[in-house]
Amino acid sequence: MRPLVALGCGTLFGAGLTYAGMTDPARVLGFLDVFGDWDPALALVMAGALLVSLPAFQWARRHPRPLLDIQFFLPERFRIDADLVLGAGLFGIGWGIAGLCPGPALAGLASGMPELLLFVAAMATGMSLRSWRVRQRARAGEFECKS
Amino acid sequence: MTVGKCRRCVPMLDTGLRAALYGGLMIGAAAALFYWLNGRIAGVSGIFGDLFLDRKNGHSPWRLAFVGGLLLGYLLVRAARPELGQIHLQASPVGMVIAGLLVGYGTRMSCGCTSGHGICGVARISPRSLAATGIFMLSAMITLAVVRHSGWWP
Repeated sequence: MRPLVALGCGTLFGAGLTYAGMTDPARVLGFLDVFGDWDPALALVMAGALLVSLPAFQWARRHPRPLLDIQFFLPERFRIDADLVLGAGLFGIGWGIAGLCPGPALAGLASGMPELLLFVAAMATGMSLRSWRVRQRARAGEFECKS
Repeated sequence: MTVGKCRRCVPMLDTGLRAALYGGLMIGAAAALFYWLNGRIAGVSGIFGDLFLDRKNGHSPWRLAFVGGLLLGYLLVRAARPELGQIHLQASPVGMVIAGLLVGYGTRMSCGCTSGHGICGVARISPRSLAATGIFMLSAMITLAVVRHSGWWP
């Protein structure tokens, strides 16, 4: 049942990204170009998403567990540390260069564009490099993110 | 749900803005349902990365299903409304590799991307996610400004 829910939610998520225009790097960069010819459209993607997710996540706090599992799985890190700040900064540089973040890049793979496959392969390499760096520091339990 | 039919629902917005809003609502609904039902954060960098970085404990089926769903969702929208979801790439192949490496390394270092921090984390009012979202938006805006105005396009 849980993989089926994941398939359904992933499909709705991918459809939403595509419908909203997030899969088009030209539109994403148009939104990020606040110092140039700013296109505010994609601010509405965030607004629309939060309109639903904000009450939904707050409402869930009143419940001990989700419908199909024994507990909610939440991140176990709470401090705003150097990894968070530096990581978000690096991610932003990549996002600003190509106009692609992980969700739209994966959804857009279905278009069959080889450049997107190149981006996703590089992204997977970057993720593996980070994982390797963490293991090298031998503090895996402390630093690895869990999904 | 076609954009044209809903002219009356949200009359002050043009077609592109309305599509952005409806797409956003779909994304928010997907994240909410995933949390209510499976109890997990719909964070794409985490789910995709753990497909090959955390292969134990039998989590692969749902992760694969979620990522497969992203592609399926793209195909469904393209089939229903071919004018939506067009892709105009902006960076050269070299730029794509540099950007991909940075996006991959950065999202795993900060434990989240636009979905996990930007949508789910902000909805949870998590201080880490609020900080991360502000930082990656600002960083992307500055990067783009530097890249566009320096005339050097990777």
